[in-house]
Amino acid sequence: MTKEEIVSAIKDIIHTIAPDEELGGLDPQERLRDQIELDSMDFLDIVMELRKRYGVNVPEDDYKELASLDSCANYLHPLMQDKELKLSV
Amino acid sequence: MADLARVVITGVGLASPNGSNLSEMRRNLLEGVSGVEPYEIRHVGKTFAGVCHFDPLRHQTRKALRRGTRAGSIGIYCANEALGDAGLELESCAASGTRGTATKLDRSRVGVYVGTTEHGNVETENQIHEVMEYDFDLKFWSHHHNPRTVANNPAGEITLNTGITGPAYALGGACAGGNLGIIQGVQMLQLGEIDTALAGGVSESIHTFGIFASFRAEGALGDHADATRVSRPFDKNRNGIVVSEGGCLYTLERLEDAQKRGARIYGEVIGHHVNSDAADFVLPLPQRQNECMRAALDRAGLEPGEVDLVSTHATSTPLGDVQEVSAMRELFGDDASVCINNTKSYIGHTMGAAGALELAGNLPSFDDGWVHPTINVDELDPDCELPGLVLNQPREVGDIDTILNLSFGMLGINSAVVVRRVPVHQH
Repeated sequence: MTKEEIVSAIKDIIHTIAPDEELGGLDPQERLRDQIELDSMDFLDIVMELRKRYGVNVPEDDYKELASLDSCANYLHPLMQDKELKLSV
Repeated sequence: MADLARVVITGVGLASPNGSNLSEMRRNLLEGVSGVEPYEIRHVGKTFAGVCHFDPLRHQTRKALRRGTRAGSIGIYCANEALGDAGLELESCAASGTRGTATKLDRSRVGVYVGTTEHGNVETENQIHEVMEYDFDLKFWSHHHNPRTVANNPAGEITLNTGITGPAYALGGACAGGNLGIIQGVQMLQLGEIDTALAGGVSESIHTFGIFASFRAEGALGDHADATRVSRPFDKNRNGIVVSEGGCLYTLERLEDAQKRGARIYGEVIGHHVNSDAADFVLPLPQRQNECMRAALDRAGLEPGEVDLVSTHATSTPLGDVQEVSAMRELFGDDASVCINNTKSYIGHTMGAAGALELAGNLPSFDDGWVHPTINVDELDPDCELPGLVLNQPREVGDIDTILNLSFGMLGINSAVVVRRVPVHQH
């Protein structure tokens, strides 16, 4: 996956977790929590979905790396570059 | 008892397999419309269930729906509907479905009491099923498991949805849970702990295979070629229970508060009792059921012959129905003026919701003078015969002033609630 595809993967996961949110206008550099309603349980859901869909384990110390779409892409790219994008919607 | 405040029902919110509000359910009860349908669940396969078809998105976001439980969702629907039906709104909250003239409630003075038969089985089964697919690697066990399975979940979800900050909890009472919720609400109002109660019961039981499998193992799961005829209490050929989901929460208030705001009053809770068989895990004990009915009537100040309508618990099991009838026979004898009906014949056994939901279906009798029948009785079991049974066809009785609502559960818990019509001029 490219970094762009990783952003798509994360958006797809967020859409599953927070289906009421409009994700089209997300600023990739801004913190996700400042743009849409996501609490700590939602971030655990993102971690779980990454594990289930892509077999990627994000250790607790690295949860902060998932703050924005850009930071997600930068952090996850080495872990996901060999994986295929799987979209649920 | 003279010093205790009088408590009345001013709102009804319900999700029944045969209706998503009281008027729809009532119409279907009088027209003999069942809510039981063919149903399939993992490991058990094809069976039958009472399934609710209310719109959960009426009062919940899609995210809240995903995060919570079915019991929570049913509770949220019923709670919002009950408040709206009572013409009440929570302070600074534009709850949908409420009237423009709605009275604003202080959220800290509202209590939520939700009877349940069981809670947590659905989520636990789902989680085990999920980690099984990952070779029981518990890294795949959901962080949502604990908040979804704590016993107060359905009541807690109602507070999260509505912003109610008063005392809110579930009451585990097996299949007497719905009545327990009502009784708890009445008592908290009488203690002055709250000004408004949302009280009754919920069931999400059709989403756990275990409850079907266990009833089947006991030889107590009903069967019939026609889904709508599986549940047939008092019929000679009845062969077991239909498991159902559902919910019913009442808005309860002290009579003087209800009168002050000119609320519509469905009825007054004038008596109740709960006792225990102390005899068997599963088998009921008619003597204790009988004592429970008598104690509730004593508290209500009524003689058995003054009861106009008995809403029975009978679940369509061969033994249980006979036991309950024998408990009633001692009380009502040959008195044919006491009408006796059963709602499970339409909707199956809604477990924790049953006590509250079955009472709801009968409350309109105070206004319309009709008693809905027990349906599906092709051949009355002679051991279930009682002079007042209303079978297969609704009966126009005229004045109905008192209802005795019965609900019993496993481990020998018995409950009875007595409700009286409040004449319109007293509203």
